[in-house]
Amino acid sequence: MDAILLQILNGLDKGSAYALIALGLTLIFGTLGVVNFAHGALFMIGAFCAVTLNRILTMGHQVIDPTRTDFLGNPLKVDVPYLHGLFGESMGNAIIDWSVPLAILISIPVMVIIGVIMERGLIRHFYKRPHADQILVTFGLAIVLQEIIKYFYGANPIPTPAPAAFSGTFDFGAAMGFDPHTIIYPLWRMLYFAFSVIIISGIFAFLRFTTFGMVVRAGMADRETVGLLGIDIDKRFTFMFGLAAAVAGLAGVMYAPIVSPNYHIGMDFLVLSFVVVVVGGMGSLPGAVLAGFLLGILESFASMAWVLNILPGLNQIIIYLVAIIILLVRPRGLMGRKGVMEE
Amino acid sequence: MSILEIKNVNMRFGGLQALDDVNLNVVENTVHAIIGPNGAGKSTLLNVLVGKLIPDTGSVMFDGKSVLGRAPYEINQMGISRVFQTPEIFGDLSVLENMMIPCFAHRDGAFELNAVASVTSQKDIIAHAEHVLEEMNMAEKRHMHASALSRGDKRRLEIGMCLAQEPRLLLLDEPTAGMARADTNNTIDLLRQIKDERDITIAIIEHDMHVVFSLAERITVLAQGKPLVEDTPDNIKGHPKVREAYLGESADT
Amino acid sequence: MLKMEKRDRNLLIIVTLMLVFAPFLLNPFPEGSVMAQFNAGYPDLMQRFVIFGIFAIGFNILFGLTGYLSFGHAIFLGVGSYAAIWMMKLLTMNVIPAIIMAIVISGIFALVIGWISLRRSGIYFSIITLAFALMSFALAYSVLTPITGGETGLQPKAADLRILDAPLAAGSTPRANLFGLEMSSSYKLEIGNWLFTFSAGYYIAAVMLLLSFYLSIRIFRSPFGMMLRAVKSNQQRMNYTGLNPKPYTLAAFVISGMYAGLAGGLMVAMDTQVGPERMFWTASGEVVMMTILGGAGTLIGPVLGAGLIKYMENIISKINASILHEWFYWLPDGLENLLVTVIYPFIGKGWHLTLGIIFMLVVIFLPGGLVEGSQKIGALIRRKLDRGKDKAKSSKSTKPAE
Repeated sequence: MDAILLQILNGLDKGSAYALIALGLTLIFGTLGVVNFAHGALFMIGAFCAVTLNRILTMGHQVIDPTRTDFLGNPLKVDVPYLHGLFGESMGNAIIDWSVPLAILISIPVMVIIGVIMERGLIRHFYKRPHADQILVTFGLAIVLQEIIKYFYGANPIPTPAPAAFSGTFDFGAAMGFDPHTIIYPLWRMLYFAFSVIIISGIFAFLRFTTFGMVVRAGMADRETVGLLGIDIDKRFTFMFGLAAAVAGLAGVMYAPIVSPNYHIGMDFLVLSFVVVVVGGMGSLPGAVLAGFLLGILESFASMAWVLNILPGLNQIIIYLVAIIILLVRPRGLMGRKGVMEE
Repeated sequence: MSILEIKNVNMRFGGLQALDDVNLNVVENTVHAIIGPNGAGKSTLLNVLVGKLIPDTGSVMFDGKSVLGRAPYEINQMGISRVFQTPEIFGDLSVLENMMIPCFAHRDGAFELNAVASVTSQKDIIAHAEHVLEEMNMAEKRHMHASALSRGDKRRLEIGMCLAQEPRLLLLDEPTAGMARADTNNTIDLLRQIKDERDITIAIIEHDMHVVFSLAERITVLAQGKPLVEDTPDNIKGHPKVREAYLGESADT
Repeated sequence: MLKMEKRDRNLLIIVTLMLVFAPFLLNPFPEGSVMAQFNAGYPDLMQRFVIFGIFAIGFNILFGLTGYLSFGHAIFLGVGSYAAIWMMKLLTMNVIPAIIMAIVISGIFALVIGWISLRRSGIYFSIITLAFALMSFALAYSVLTPITGGETGLQPKAADLRILDAPLAAGSTPRANLFGLEMSSSYKLEIGNWLFTFSAGYYIAAVMLLLSFYLSIRIFRSPFGMMLRAVKSNQQRMNYTGLNPKPYTLAAFVISGMYAGLAGGLMVAMDTQVGPERMFWTASGEVVMMTILGGAGTLIGPVLGAGLIKYMENIISKINASILHEWFYWLPDGLENLLVTVIYPFIGKGWHLTLGIIFMLVVIFLPGGLVEGSQKIGALIRRKLDRGKDKAKSSKSTKPAE
């Protein structure tokens, strides 16, 4: 029982990331009808927002610390972040420690702006072009964004720590009444899961309870009719692209402490998220979320030791295997409508 | 002698009885029109005939063989060709190439891996295609991109492509929908010419009464998935039931 | 003679000449000169041009004609390579059985994967092939380690079985050959400061490219090729014209998979090793880019695209900041530094960025790729020339009237 619980928990954080990216992909696909291969790059840029803020906050000047010497006996030069000067040492350190959560505040406007520029400058001109062209141009854009990040940050992963308060673990076993130390789970991952649930609920609430959301949902169902009603659907869709970009960015910011970000992290997640979208059902938001968590958990179960003893490497192929089978047996995915993108 | 026999066909979509016990015979070498108000089940019936939909019950026999459960391309190879409401042609190909494809389908069947011979060496196919193009009065447009044709020419091309296969039954789905009067009259003349010159049965679904009454020899009126009456055009015109179900309605609009 | 139209025959002749004289054409700069680093006429790179050219020609038969965008074609490149290596391990170091087996086995894989993937179309097809690509990589990388050698890959070793070959001395390296002619053997020709290398491996690969290219012309001009274009244009009409699009598309998929297998086999013939990264999905993305850059649906485009990308990967990537400074030394210092700073991100390790930008520009503005671009420029020049002639004519005709 506790082993199963542990695997479910392990699957949740990856599943959360899949679900968030897949949700954004589906929003863009459902509203704009565009298959966005650059969506993973947005996730990556989000993660690098966290890296950047961390770098900016730790920027400082060198001072000579008279109390310490290096091994040659000379006075030691130490880096002092400017923040110490501004807020005092303890407050400054606390701000640096909380740089990842702080990056959320910065990433939202940054991602929305990037998203809107992308939609206005590029994607908009591809609404009427074939899907293959949309895939190709966003694929090209993903490469360009990736290479720009690589130019500024290098190719190596950059560790980005979570705040000290969240870097510990939580003993689930003890809390749930099992033996202590059997289910230990990092706090930050729990936070990530909670965070993703909040964002997903927020999006769903937004689409369900606001007039804006209603128009968007109507647009997802039948774009032309809504256009005929005299509603400026294009402006709303630009906003949706910004929103989807922000969701991907937030997923990236919060994921930075879990996997040290590198420039191709976006592509890695994107490919899996596409599989998630297809399994969930193209154009279905609940499907995307459900499939994201399901596949994350499935992957985690497939990497259990006894499973790998029977079928070595199953964890690495299980998602694709499931996706291929689902596409063949139930082409519209778990919750997709019939006929989306069929012709 | 009927070439197409539809017996007790039923089709239900959720709560909607799209086809309700339809019985219909189309006699060989006649023009048979199927008319009816919107939602009468005309398109559903047509999709059943070409294999796009499979009815819940009933049988559809073409020339003594069942068409049910066969793929659209198989039904086409049996001798049923379909003209769509909006012309379906190969927009990226030239007019001549458009015409050659049905000629290949007629000669080689549903699939033939003919990857080494050159297209230009297929003299019989080219001659056949050019012959049909001339019949359609489109010979001088043979090197045009098909997508650049006018709507009327696209329609002619599509009808020509169907004829190139020498079908026994030609199905037309509102062939003049959205056309200007002049184009409509041209299409009527073309269809009349086809009917006079070939051994062919034509089944036509149409809204435009002008088209129906200028072409059809038999008319079936469909309403709410059921055939209401079947008779000659003259009798249909005066039929009270038809006026009530269809003509009255269309007179209002 | 070869039953081709004049236009196609001319193209084939040009390609033949370019392939034969490539060692000269690609080495225009004398050894030791500043420009020598732009020389691409060394065997390793020329072989790459040719092999990826074959890969892209094959991909174009699927994508260019039918419009089905596969993101998994590197699978067949990898499968071809593994099959070829196993022939070299088990049978002989002669490349003929290796190449034949590479084509056959990748054809079988393409048949199975294509049969499954082609049950869906459009974006679904692309994603299924992408899923297959990732799965195949994972299989080769870890699951099937006994067959694929896992992460480290495979190489023929002296101790391998090799039924047909005489046993090798322990510690010696088995070399790929064609009836004794080693792939790596080459003839060097020095003319003045120029050095030209004629490699056996390159010419064998070039013959393969020529055959592949000829076959692709035949396919493009055949009724089968016309049917594939019909698949791209309107499958609905095809179905209602009594044609079954499935076997046509599947045949195109298998043929293009076999081309990829041939390319994979040739890679092993030239450099006797293979690793799982050969079938990583980015390799599939690369062939997509080659085909589109050059011009999908055109005959020569994919070969040009493959050449361009491989040239950038091997030559542009080697330019660094000090070379740039060398080039612009004659400029005022400030301007020199500015120019170097501006250009630097796009060369060297940044070549991917340049490629990404070029690729986007082509997709946005030139859907027909470089071939369409050069045709447009050609038409523009011709129009200018014609106008010039007209002017000359009209001025001549008006003058006597004065």
